[in-house]
Amino acid sequence: MIIYDFLYNLVFSITQSAVAGDITAMVISALLPLFILVLPFALLAVWLERKVSAHMQDRLGPMRTGSHGWLQTVADVIKLLQKEDIVAAANDRTLFNIAPILVFAGSYLVFAALPFSSAYIGSNIDLGLIFIIAASGFVVAGILMAGWSSNNKYSLLGAMRSAAQIISYEIPTILVILTIIMITGTTNLRTLSEMQTGYFWNWMIFGGAGFSLSKFLFIPFMLIGFVTLFISTLAEVNRTPFDIPEAESELVSGYHTEYSGMKFAMFFMAEYANMFAVSAIVSAIFLGGYQSPFGYLGNTFGLHWLIPIEQFLWFASKGVFFVLVQMWLRWTLPRLRVDQLMALCWKYLIPIAFVNLIIIGLITVL
Amino acid sequence: MSIYDIIFYLFAAITLISAFFVVTIRNIVYSAFFLLFTFFGVAGIYVILGADFVAMVQLIIYVGGIVILMLFGVMLTNKITSVAIKTGTSQIVPAAIGVGMFAGILTATLVNSHWRKVDTAPLLPTTQSLGLMLISEYGIIFELLGIILLIALIGAASLARK
Repeated sequence: MIIYDFLYNLVFSITQSAVAGDITAMVISALLPLFILVLPFALLAVWLERKVSAHMQDRLGPMRTGSHGWLQTVADVIKLLQKEDIVAAANDRTLFNIAPILVFAGSYLVFAALPFSSAYIGSNIDLGLIFIIAASGFVVAGILMAGWSSNNKYSLLGAMRSAAQIISYEIPTILVILTIIMITGTTNLRTLSEMQTGYFWNWMIFGGAGFSLSKFLFIPFMLIGFVTLFISTLAEVNRTPFDIPEAESELVSGYHTEYSGMKFAMFFMAEYANMFAVSAIVSAIFLGGYQSPFGYLGNTFGLHWLIPIEQFLWFASKGVFFVLVQMWLRWTLPRLRVDQLMALCWKYLIPIAFVNLIIIGLITVL
Repeated sequence: MSIYDIIFYLFAAITLISAFFVVTIRNIVYSAFFLLFTFFGVAGIYVILGADFVAMVQLIIYVGGIVILMLFGVMLTNKITSVAIKTGTSQIVPAAIGVGMFAGILTATLVNSHWRKVDTAPLLPTTQSLGLMLISEYGIIFELLGIILLIALIGAASLARK
């Protein structure tokens, strides 16, 4: 918000035009997360995934490009840029070209509502939590589009599985988010983060701010909600153990089997952007969002401009922590079967989330 | 001309153009994808009208639910490689009567409703007032709608079992 106003005033003082100021400020503040966070994060995360998997399997991973191979992803991106843009004759050319854009736009849409720090939130909408759920619809549509237009049985099967999985696991996600809305009475992510200010015992996972009986009653149910939300968001981004849409051993590579070059890179980037986005949502809901667990250096030294930067760093590190947990799970657990996947969602997560919702509702009434 | 005018015309153009293609294009999968963009444009117009909750529900239910289910239906009932998935025209007279009546209702609403003018009031969140209205003033209707949906669900399940 501060950044938006600053850009608006800057352009307005030069051009004296409100429309120009609005457009410039909107475009620049909309692109900020892309260039500050998503692109560097995707480069880092692809490298990290390789190193994490390598070390978990007692290998070294990429070692030759740069120190410990940290330039490997940059080299890969340069390679992908040079690749020929292949569209097979039987592919549906229009939809085939739109699909990667739609998938990436859908996963980037979530970043519009993420509270990065108190100085920067793309759009401080009142319905941030609902918007984040709504935005995933575009990802599903894009994946179906990619699968259908590829005209390939593996792609279509992968797309179908992926869409079914995302739609099913949205239900436990929404139920857990409903419990949070019930307790806090807000759907605004910024207000939600501000409510968890102070120290880490004010985070939602520890029952939220304030000291009363209900806070201590909330704690076990909050833990259940946290685990449910983490599992269902993990399934929504199609990561192992829920990666049956791109199960390498049965479906080649799922819905992006036919893609090459930069279009493939867009799917890849969308996957990593999604990983960060769901981690950020989990941490914004349960772990205080951008709030520091121990107070701020800026307050200690009296440097108030330092606080938003610290908040951004806390937010990013909480997100990266959960991304590391996702990688750890990926290289530890085997893949679920399709029936196990659906059973986990419909027979376990949804009933648990429902009972949790009712119990938390009763405690809220107390 | 403010930024909101530009955004409004953008969303209006998205809605109209994609809605035009939904009904004219011959391939039914393309129609379904254009419908996605139509719903997206309508959601944008809801936001500009100040109905934030309705816009989000539009996105969740129509973009994330209805269109996806339609695509599932289309993809499951036809061979994926076939080009024979086409839309067509039939039952012109009943369709014309239905469309005419609906157009009449829409025109009446358009003329009679009190539209929000720009700069008259700041946009406020509508979620709380909507929720209060649903459980107080329209409580019974809300519950009855829920029961109707449940009946439809049970009916669909029992039809599918046969």
